Amino acid sequence: MGRPHPVITALRGLILAIGCAAVILPFLAVVSTSLATQEEVTANGGFVLLVRDPTFASYQAILSGGVVTRALVISILVTAVGTLLSLACTVALAYSLSRPGSLGSHPILLAVLFTMLFSPGMIPMYLVVKQLGLLDNLLALILPVLINAFNVIVMREFFLDIPGELLESARVDGANDLTILARIVLPLSRAVIAVVGLFYAVGYWNAFFNGLLYISSPEKWPLQLVLRTYVVNETPMGVDEISAGSESLPPQLSIQMAVLVLSIIPILLVYPFLQKHFTKGLMIGAVKG
Amino acid sequence: MSQLVDRPRRTSAQKDPSPGATTRPPRLSRQTLARWRRDRLLLLLAAPGLVVVLLFHYVPLLGNVVAFKEYLPFLTIAESPWVGWENFRVIFSGDPLFVNALTNTLIITLIQVLFVFPLPLALALLLNEVISERLKRTVQSILYLPHFLSWVIVVALFQQILGNAGMVNTFLRGHDLPTFSIIGVPELFEVLISSQVIWKDTGWGTIIFLAAISRVDTSLYEAAAMDGAGAARRLWHVTLPAIRSVFVLLLILRLGDALTVGFEQIILQQGAVGVTASEVLDTYVYNHGIVGGNWGQAAAVGLTKGVISVLLVLGANKLAHRFGERGVYHK
Repeated sequence: MGRPHPVITALRGLILAIGCAAVILPFLAVVSTSLATQEEVTANGGFVLLVRDPTFASYQAILSGGVVTRALVISILVTAVGTLLSLACTVALAYSLSRPGSLGSHPILLAVLFTMLFSPGMIPMYLVVKQLGLLDNLLALILPVLINAFNVIVMREFFLDIPGELLESARVDGANDLTILARIVLPLSRAVIAVVGLFYAVGYWNAFFNGLLYISSPEKWPLQLVLRTYVVNETPMGVDEISAGSESLPPQLSIQMAVLVLSIIPILLVYPFLQKHFTKGLMIGAVKG
Repeated sequence: MSQLVDRPRRTSAQKDPSPGATTRPPRLSRQTLARWRRDRLLLLLAAPGLVVVLLFHYVPLLGNVVAFKEYLPFLTIAESPWVGWENFRVIFSGDPLFVNALTNTLIITLIQVLFVFPLPLALALLLNEVISERLKRTVQSILYLPHFLSWVIVVALFQQILGNAGMVNTFLRGHDLPTFSIIGVPELFEVLISSQVIWKDTGWGTIIFLAAISRVDTSLYEAAAMDGAGAARRLWHVTLPAIRSVFVLLLILRLGDALTVGFEQIILQQGAVGVTASEVLDTYVYNHGIVGGNWGQAAAVGLTKGVISVLLVLGANKLAHRFGERGVYHK
């Protein structure tokens, strides 16, 4: 096969390099600025691309109690509890739907699939959450998004690929469905459970709108709402919002960037693992769904 | 979707050899009872998830009756008085605020279908030409990452980098170069949000195309090259036909979302550019319903939007069938 013209090859390389730079440079700038001192911020007229004299003062300021610390705790709590509940319900539902011919599995599966086609709408959703008494309750950040139909389908497809003989022989030996699920299916499905769990976790961590919709008291805000108020809307953070008692506050810009970094770090931590597996999960959904 | 539900099912009624007319009802119920005994654990397992789906999907679906009522916050939905199609007047009488939201939505969809939607395909073709596997994987890892960031983070990043006091303009000002403003400019709002979508999701969107390309039989390329086809012709005659159905499928899904344009993304930036430039249908529902308290009207707009979206998906799917494509689901 003929090789393309070197100019074309160079152009292609250039486009990809620009694309990568467009992702990496903002990150670099944000991390560097969060570590910069007031002098450096002033010297650069704002952003710092490469920090010469890193300091963790901004992180200390936002992590020693105050708005950001509280929001961080809430976000971690919601993400942890939500992911666990979502996983438990999704695994149970997917397993139940993966047993051929079980009672009611056909209509239940249809009911789950239909949720992908039609969303009920914001107003009725809000009214239901309100009538359940969940307004301004952290459960409102979890329960409405507890089950994601796509994740149920991906997991069900994975369970269906487990050889049926394996499960049948266990049944012959007197195991019931709970035992089979716990002893055979779950150990074989660690990978898919990890991936689906991570997708749920990223979803809970990143969720912004449900917080805006359902949580009215600022002291119950998750991190994304705090991020909106202090970084997107640039409401300045004073001594009331950060730790009381610190004499000279770090530069406002560094504090904002530190909050931004804190909200990105968990994503970066799980990203390598996610990346290893998501192609597979996505393909199951694409081919079968 | 039918593939998913058409797996062979063992129903005991089918195995029934020759049911006598008189014995059938009791036998059936005995079999149902046996299946119940066999499957009750499975039903128990399905129950929590099913309850959540019913409570937060099907109950709100019924809650759309509020579109036909004058909802009063101190009453329940059931107690609020009926008003018939009154709430839909805002749509059919062409209320200027609604028309503005609809127009903005359609303009944004048009721009994004034309200029944003094809980009992942182009990038996938570009990535596919990278010979070194390691380099390719590194580039992919970098380009997929923004997909996992929340909209709040993306909007904040754009503001900090491209805003008037942002990094780029500070740099330009420092070097006595002309600065530019895109953040907070109503006329450029569509450009801004489209470039944010490009930054966030172009890399992620390549995955599905790359997977489709990787399934192409390499002997096809060799045969084409043998017949004298250059790189461009191989792309046109081998690669593109192989990914056509994926492309059509994604286009259908995108059309189904024609009335849905980046809600979180837009609501975050509405303060900076004003409502006229940035109001779309979803933000209209939010601003008029949740914020403004016109519950019935907002629900009517939301319901109409939902129904049209479903019709769009079904229609686009039908169109795809007519062109001999598989579409999202098939009979």
